[in-house]
Amino acid sequence: MANRIEVAIKPGQPDPAGQSVRARLVEDLGIVVDDVRVIDVFTIDADLDPGQLDRARQELFTDPIIQHSTVNKSLADDFDYVIEVGFLPGVTDNAGKSSAEGIADTLDYTFAPGEAVYKTTQYVIKGGLDGDRCERIARDSLANALIQRWSVKSADEMTALSDESLLGLPIVTDMSDVTVHEIDFERPDAELVALSSEMTWALELHELQAIQAYYRDDAVQAARAKAGLPAKPTDIEIEILAQTWSEHCKHKIFNATIEYTDPQGETRTIDSVFKTYVKATTDEVAKKVDWLVSVFDDDAGIIKFDDHWNFALKAETHNSPSALDPYGGAITGIVGVNRDVLAAGLGCQCIFNTDVFCFASPFYDGAIPPRLFHPKRVLRQVHQGVKDGGNQSGIPDINGAIVFHERFLGKPLVFCGTGGITPAVTAGRPSHKKKANPGDIIVMTGGRIGKDGIHGATFSSEELHEGSPATAVQIGDPITQKKMADFLLEARDLGLYSCITDCGAGGLSSSVGEMAEGSGGCDIHLDKAPLKYAGLAPWEIFLSEAQERMTLAVPPANLDAFMTLAKRRAVEATALGTYTDSGYLQCFYEGKLIGSLDMAFLHDGVPKMSLKATWDAPELAPEAVVEDTDLAGALKDVLASPNVCSKETFVRMYDHEVLAQSVLKQFQGVDRDGPGDAGVIRPVPGSKKGIAVACGICPRYSDIDTYAMTANAVDEAVRNLVAVGAKLGTIAGLDNFCWPDPIQSDKTPDGAHKLAQLVRCCEALYDVCVEYSIPLISGKDSMKNDYKIGDTKISIPPTMLFTAAAVLEDATNVVSMDVKRPGDVVYVVGETKDEMGGSEYLALKGQLGVNVPQVDPKAARALYEKLSDAIGGGLVASCHDCSDGGLGVALAESAFAGGYGMDVDISGIAVPNDVTALFSESASRFVVTVSPDKTGAFEAALAGCPLMKLGEVVAEPEFRVAGRGGAAVNVPLAELKEAWQAPLRW
Amino acid sequence: MGVRAIVLTGFGINCDAETRTALERAGAEANRVHLNDIAEDLSMLEGYHILAIPGGFSWGDDVASGKILANRLRYRLGDAIKQFIADGKLAIGICNGFQVMVKMGILPLFNGEFEQEVTLTWNDSARFENRWVDLKTDPNTKCVWLKDVAGLPLPIRHGEGKFIPRDEAVLNKLCANGQVALRYTTPAGTPARGVFPANPNGSTDDIAAICDPSGRVLGMMPHPEAYVDRENHPNWTREDVPEEGAGLQLFRNGVEYVKNTLLA
Repeated sequence: MANRIEVAIKPGQPDPAGQSVRARLVEDLGIVVDDVRVIDVFTIDADLDPGQLDRARQELFTDPIIQHSTVNKSLADDFDYVIEVGFLPGVTDNAGKSSAEGIADTLDYTFAPGEAVYKTTQYVIKGGLDGDRCERIARDSLANALIQRWSVKSADEMTALSDESLLGLPIVTDMSDVTVHEIDFERPDAELVALSSEMTWALELHELQAIQAYYRDDAVQAARAKAGLPAKPTDIEIEILAQTWSEHCKHKIFNATIEYTDPQGETRTIDSVFKTYVKATTDEVAKKVDWLVSVFDDDAGIIKFDDHWNFALKAETHNSPSALDPYGGAITGIVGVNRDVLAAGLGCQCIFNTDVFCFASPFYDGAIPPRLFHPKRVLRQVHQGVKDGGNQSGIPDINGAIVFHERFLGKPLVFCGTGGITPAVTAGRPSHKKKANPGDIIVMTGGRIGKDGIHGATFSSEELHEGSPATAVQIGDPITQKKMADFLLEARDLGLYSCITDCGAGGLSSSVGEMAEGSGGCDIHLDKAPLKYAGLAPWEIFLSEAQERMTLAVPPANLDAFMTLAKRRAVEATALGTYTDSGYLQCFYEGKLIGSLDMAFLHDGVPKMSLKATWDAPELAPEAVVEDTDLAGALKDVLASPNVCSKETFVRMYDHEVLAQSVLKQFQGVDRDGPGDAGVIRPVPGSKKGIAVACGICPRYSDIDTYAMTANAVDEAVRNLVAVGAKLGTIAGLDNFCWPDPIQSDKTPDGAHKLAQLVRCCEALYDVCVEYSIPLISGKDSMKNDYKIGDTKISIPPTMLFTAAAVLEDATNVVSMDVKRPGDVVYVVGETKDEMGGSEYLALKGQLGVNVPQVDPKAARALYEKLSDAIGGGLVASCHDCSDGGLGVALAESAFAGGYGMDVDISGIAVPNDVTALFSESASRFVVTVSPDKTGAFEAALAGCPLMKLGEVVAEPEFRVAGRGGAAVNVPLAELKEAWQAPLRW
Repeated sequence: MGVRAIVLTGFGINCDAETRTALERAGAEANRVHLNDIAEDLSMLEGYHILAIPGGFSWGDDVASGKILANRLRYRLGDAIKQFIADGKLAIGICNGFQVMVKMGILPLFNGEFEQEVTLTWNDSARFENRWVDLKTDPNTKCVWLKDVAGLPLPIRHGEGKFIPRDEAVLNKLCANGQVALRYTTPAGTPARGVFPANPNGSTDDIAAICDPSGRVLGMMPHPEAYVDRENHPNWTREDVPEEGAGLQLFRNGVEYVKNTLLA
């Protein structure tokens, strides 16, 4: 029978978790209560006697110094309501699982199959409540109905309950029909399309027809008859095809033939924007750099770090899951991209994470459409998910951004990036080469399979709609993954496997399907797969995206050694079948063949899309910029705008120093609170070589022109790197596209324009990256970032995140962004132009404008080369990138980070007025300070580049800017810093 | 034979690599060894002089930080660790390792028996935070790891670092025995007096680290292994910061102690 152990902080002692919940209720829901206390409830469904239970209570669950506890007796005392929150059946319960391991140790007890521990939490609330408000608290703050359940009880109801449980055991009882079904594909087109939608296959008509044609083929039918398969497709076959052919996995839009009509009205045909722009960039740059190791064809891009080490980099998005369950979506996003790097080549050790989030304003006060959450809640929980995923995995978060735009209400963007390193040679083999050979064993390691994440790949290939499946959501378990990662790196160094890949989107169907391309086929026995609970249909086992799994190819001779090591490291590993050269992916269940697909058809059978892209020039009102009489006020407003203001609250909660490689942290300066430009680490102990990493993202420019959006994003990432001293020619890039649906249809009447926006984005990517010599070593696209329920449609602004990383010869030469000492000379490097379009300043005035910043890559290249040389030569005291908010923001941030004032004159900047000089967001600019004895050398080093001396750093903490009409800004430094820090100081 | 250090790994420990690096730079031969491998062969510990329990998130901090690992060590390695300490050897627990030590009762080890007398629990902020703190060595401390270290800056990276003794008597005993090792201070070196952020978590008496009565077993929330190079310091780009990170001295002291006593 199940017994309950309740644990709480002793009465009279402070309960920080309860106080934190109380504060959140006030802040998020405006509900004020007198007191919240938290009770941890562990429900133990195991055969334990009262003596054992009491030992577990005392020795495992209770901290004798601060806690008290009970068995089967409520600890709630002096309250009005209790809300208990727990997971729904089947949802990963990490604390429950760990508790079971703790009980096993403490009592030397072995859990029988079906026995388990379930963790729930009680919030014991006093004052200011009624039942309805408690329901609201549960629904809108404490729980997510998609993955959790709750029970609200008043004090009277608790008395009546007489110490019984509030929630029943979350045991999965709904068993799927495990028989394999045949699917009739011989039906009219409209019915096929309806079936695809109903089944969440996300297949288009021409794809359904291609499948239909495959099954009509005589040779296919003959082969099926011979193998004993039905003539009609089986459910698992169609599910495999739908996953493998999903936009998520096949990038059909990027590979489509596009008839493109450009802004000049000229039409041409583009055979795949991926090949034409993305791959072409890398091919072009590959002629100039000699450090590319493996690009595009692995889970992450790999480049050379030094003669002994390679460096892998990857960024992913997890937008759709994060919309439905922000915490779970985000944590699986970060641990998912970690697995991409763990699977790069024969496996890399993850050494840093990056995170970039896009949300609607946390101060949004409009209505929230159905199935969406308030952006403040999304921000908090996405952040918490990435924080828990990264911190618990022991991977430092070293760079990121949070960006706000009203249309991210429809779908938040959650970009998670990871870098890793690997010895160039491991167990005598080049570590970037891998291949499954016929005869190798298919081995799955890590977590078990449940119904989590079924249809994740196809679901994210659709807009978010009323019927978006709840099962698409998963919860991460970073510790299971950490154990697996430690084990796999050990197995790698012993040379125990020949190929490895992440078991992510599409689950085993994708990972095994991909690896089977190497050998030429596979036989997999799905009944051998370890399940979290009984009752999964074979196709569900094959497709489930349950987390923390990797798929490997292990040579038979190494299987025993591999399995033995797994067992010693407490990692589950299971042999599921064999890689073959049969030309077929064959699935078996209980010895019977239940599906077989021709590998060639599976991987190459998806018909190429033909799409139209037509640039439909947006009608935009030109900006009206007038001289501002209160420039100091304007500067404070811009500093306080959500895109510009400090994100320190969030960044402090990431572990950014684990692994002890840190050289430049996110926050810098005298009080360690100024915003750094690039994260810098030294990954190899004893070597001065470093890695700098930075991001660029400019969705505010998209509605004016996606060419400018992209050019500025690339430029922003690069100038963040140059600002610390990185050199062009050492920089590699990742492109992550997040687009609204760009396919013209009834539900997307402006699809042709959105696709033209994508073409222009790709053109800019090519133009700027080739000039800057940046190879694109990996990337990803997420093409259906729309929300549509009822009449409400929200499409995100087209967004490309550019992640850039540079290998630094000597990381001890980098500079930080904070001014260093009074008397240093302040320069603006780069040309300030009349480019107020899309600026933060105009956004505050409710304008978008037209004159969006344009990147001049040739001029910028010359400047970057000289500036990074000057930094490397020790001529620069501080350097800070000028981006969101313009020159005014960059000057102020540099000053208050250093704790010194500034006296500068902007009247010489060749723009129409002081507002433009301070707030134009022209690209390729920096605020640089130089010690007076080095100004001559610095100016000589920058000869030929736009460079203007603006003034100097001063000891008194005043920020003074002289403009055309004399003093334009004269404000205490502390006021600027406060304006910048206050808005998101949560 | 040189100084040999064993660094525990597995189950979510995640500062093992840099802890090993720091011990190696201090002159030890250091090995990362999985908990299961030690449990299988307890005699392995006899070949080592220093036991390090590094930081991390063992079992995801589920139940309470360090608790499940503490129980596993207690039930599977408890006697061996007790013998290790009784043999005059050294141990250091950092962050999650410190949490493990207090919950297992390795610290404060008043009577040579493993008994929990203090705890480390949720920061007053109820948040995990990563920030640099200033630390001052208690002048009365017996801690051999802190020999000639007056104070130093180090990063903290924890959510559950608030030090609470069972009662006033335990606190007094710690102080009287010279078992308080490090306290949080303001940047100026004055007592933090519980005020955030100088005292980052609300620890009683600003305590950041304690040792056993012999001074050979140290547990600390801040991370000395994360400050071994000048460039680890957050202000190295603007201040005169020594070439070697101050955290390394702790490991040097540990290694020197072994050389001068156990290997002498």
